[in-house]
Amino acid sequence: MKIKGTLILLMFAVMTVLTGCEPLMILNPKGPQAQTQADVILLSIGIMSFIVIAVFAILIYMLVKYRASNQSDDYEPPHIEGNHIVEGIIVGIPVLIVIVLSIVSVRSNYLVEATPEGYEDQDPLVVYAQSSNWKWHFSYPEEGIETVNYLYIPTDRALEFKLYSEGPITSFWVPQLGGQKYAMSDMVTTLHLAADAPGEYMGRNANFSGEGFAENTFSVNAVPPDEFDEWVDEVQDTAKPLTEDKYKELLEPGHLGQLTFSSTHLEFSPPPEGEHGGHNHGSSSEDSEEGNMDMDHENMDESHDPSE
Amino acid sequence: MDFFDRFAIPHPSPVIYASMVAITLTLVAIVAGVTYTKKWGYLWREWLTTVDHKRIGMMYLISALLMLFRGGADAIMMRAQTALPENTLLDSQHYNEIFTTHGVVMIIFMAMAFIMALMNFVVPLQIGARDVAFPRLNALSFWLYFWGAMLFNISFVIGGSPDAGWTSYFPLAGNEFSQSVGTNYYMIAIQIAGLGTLITGINFIVTILKMRAPGMTLMKMPMFTWSALITNLIIVFAFPVLTVALAMGTIDRLFGGNFFTTTDGGMDMLWANLFWVWGHPEVYILILPAFGIYSEIIPTFARRNLYGYKSMVASIVLISVLSFVVWVHHFFTMGQGAMVNSIFSITTMAIAIPTGIKIFNWLFTLWKGKITITVPMLYSLGFIPIFTIGGVTGVMLGMSAADYQYHNTMFLVAHFHLVIIPGVVFAMLAGLTYWWPKMFGFMLNERIGKLSFWLISIGTCVAFFPMFISGLDGQARRMYTYSEATGFGIWNMISFVGAIMLAAGFVTIVYNIYYSTRYASRDISSDPWDARSLEWATHTPVPDYNFAITPQVNSSEAFWDSKKNGHKLFPGEYKEIHMPNNSGVPFIMSAIFFVLGFALVFSIWILAVIALLGIFACLAHRSFEQDHGYHIPVEEVKETEEKLGGARQ
Repeated sequence: MKIKGTLILLMFAVMTVLTGCEPLMILNPKGPQAQTQADVILLSIGIMSFIVIAVFAILIYMLVKYRASNQSDDYEPPHIEGNHIVEGIIVGIPVLIVIVLSIVSVRSNYLVEATPEGYEDQDPLVVYAQSSNWKWHFSYPEEGIETVNYLYIPTDRALEFKLYSEGPITSFWVPQLGGQKYAMSDMVTTLHLAADAPGEYMGRNANFSGEGFAENTFSVNAVPPDEFDEWVDEVQDTAKPLTEDKYKELLEPGHLGQLTFSSTHLEFSPPPEGEHGGHNHGSSSEDSEEGNMDMDHENMDESHDPSE
Repeated sequence: MDFFDRFAIPHPSPVIYASMVAITLTLVAIVAGVTYTKKWGYLWREWLTTVDHKRIGMMYLISALLMLFRGGADAIMMRAQTALPENTLLDSQHYNEIFTTHGVVMIIFMAMAFIMALMNFVVPLQIGARDVAFPRLNALSFWLYFWGAMLFNISFVIGGSPDAGWTSYFPLAGNEFSQSVGTNYYMIAIQIAGLGTLITGINFIVTILKMRAPGMTLMKMPMFTWSALITNLIIVFAFPVLTVALAMGTIDRLFGGNFFTTTDGGMDMLWANLFWVWGHPEVYILILPAFGIYSEIIPTFARRNLYGYKSMVASIVLISVLSFVVWVHHFFTMGQGAMVNSIFSITTMAIAIPTGIKIFNWLFTLWKGKITITVPMLYSLGFIPIFTIGGVTGVMLGMSAADYQYHNTMFLVAHFHLVIIPGVVFAMLAGLTYWWPKMFGFMLNERIGKLSFWLISIGTCVAFFPMFISGLDGQARRMYTYSEATGFGIWNMISFVGAIMLAAGFVTIVYNIYYSTRYASRDISSDPWDARSLEWATHTPVPDYNFAITPQVNSSEAFWDSKKNGHKLFPGEYKEIHMPNNSGVPFIMSAIFFVLGFALVFSIWILAVIALLGIFACLAHRSFEQDHGYHIPVEEVKETEEKLGGARQ
């Protein structure tokens, strides 16, 4: 038991060291949101290690000290009901730890749900990120462009992702920029991110969405703002516009490479937000009802048969 | 999909064909074996129609062990597939079905059955009762579970297994994206087994509240009985939610309902909410009996009373309440905002407090004790460090902002396996070894048992610790493959090695059962562990009526008191004993449920109607039946007691 306890302790220590030193993706943040999360994670690992070590130490002590083989044959263990001081400590310390962690948790949650710190004074870049089986469609409404399976984003600027899905629930996740959030077909969720450093980051759908889930990835290119503007101009000049027919073709289940268009699908296939939102059934106007119906028909017609 | 296409063999892979052949051969072997040894009558009279809680417990136990290997085979296949990057052992669809069935089988059909097994066998004995409150309903519970499990298990050879994850989130689990009958199996098989569980819940609450031996007040109940009581209360509150959610899901899939579709007013996240309103308490339905088992075993082998009995009781009650107010932490990332997340983050972390109290109470039970290391004690001691690591990572997951990064990753997989395996599996194996002599009249071999323990506990660490790292490195769960460039390969390979060790550990348990059945001494006393609670006060094997004389209790360790303080446990004289009659109806009715389930899965409406009528016929039969059980006369009680080595007075 002693050997085993030490072994586990050792493994946990190695793990903690590894997570601290190796550039594990989540602990190698490239934006303020991911930084907040990495800080929370490291802090909680620290506090939790303290608890783990305390439990291990008590366990090892008890096992060494009170093993039958270490005691005389006629030793009769006493009857002990409990002790108010001991029980006060074993309740009190966890309560204090949970209070501390709760404060950290609540604060950090408000931080990651808001515009990233230091970027409050500028307008965020809004990107609609829509998943379909098993692709990502990124629409830049202000720039009037759309990409498939890759993102170009400017560094040092707040990013506001509007997430929704055409099909099963997916989860938009770029670990080095910040945590994930669900994309659902009947509502739009908002995710605030920002990148501090240029680079190419991995992004993926983190929520199981069927057969093509494993390959449901995209790449994120974070570039300095002027380079981003150049890229936008270039796309507007060179790429073809996205037609409704082409868009429907793209929604077919399957995998695609990276594509670029000089217009977005938002006009002819609006996201399920505001009046179009699936959760506002009562207040929908005639037009948006029709909009919803159109989307439904698309679902029906293309019937997403995985065996196709 | 065309009617006959639905029955198609799901995957033209050698594994499936081999399984089909194996299933057929096993069935033929069983039928031939029973016929050859002329045991049909015995089987029917003594087992299939039994209402004895001890036998029902044993049948649960056998089923649970079978399901452990069924779910374990899935686990090995998953870890083998992901051991190497770009592996092609399984295709995506097959992998999806395997992780789905692994989750369902392990939670619903293995772990639940295992706790039911021990609860059935132990609780009536521990409270000094002759049986449960409703013995016939108890048989019905078991057979509903059994036939539900059978229905679920034929899915992987007929028509295809569910493939939307054990959580079956809609719309992925809806007809549009999940066209095979797999998810029908999920909805209906779990529904049938779940009905059985709900019945058990009611049955055991009544049993524990109404049938305790004289003198056993609530605060004198043994801890396992306490945990069983609270567990069954959670079952009665939580399972109706599952029943309703599955019914709604079935209506969506079979009858074109729109509860969880994303059109026509359906809400996909409603499923997630209902599922986890049941699913989170379910975790505590599994873990609380485990806590109860440890609270029996640790005092026994520390030769000391349980430290802080009252705080142990308070903490399980508190856990049961909190278990219902944390479900939203399963979808912190759904976009409900910082406010809702904060509330559920705090409630989630709060569960760590009563759980921590329990851990420290067990540690202090060792204090000033006289610890002997037996196999049940090894599992109980091994549980503490591993579960602590699983538990503290759970607190980490409970911090909502950080959860945005952990959610759906291997980190989460590592966390819940490091909670469930030491929490539930270790407890079940500890309980199995601990109560085995009472059940079967011989001990399991200690040396092989220790080997199993080391293989299983080291295997668990090796299999799941690497997942913390790959999770923090961005590996999402449920990915059937990944590229070499991700660098996940090494961690997954280590996990695979750990999984093999775990499998080897479970094989040694079976070998231990075989070995001990053949070679272990039958000459053991009725109290081989020098234990403390009432179940050890009766004979081994336990007679049908459990106790010839109802015990008189005056502490939570009644039997220990009678051994050490000379407390008279069995006052009075033999009296006539009233016992319930056996009945074939629970078995038959549940088998018809299986037919109904099968008919519904494949939309064979005529058969479904016939089966439904059959079920009603069984219910009607029962309501008109006059059955007052039978009495065992005093002479027969005396005779049995003498044969079993004289009455304990």
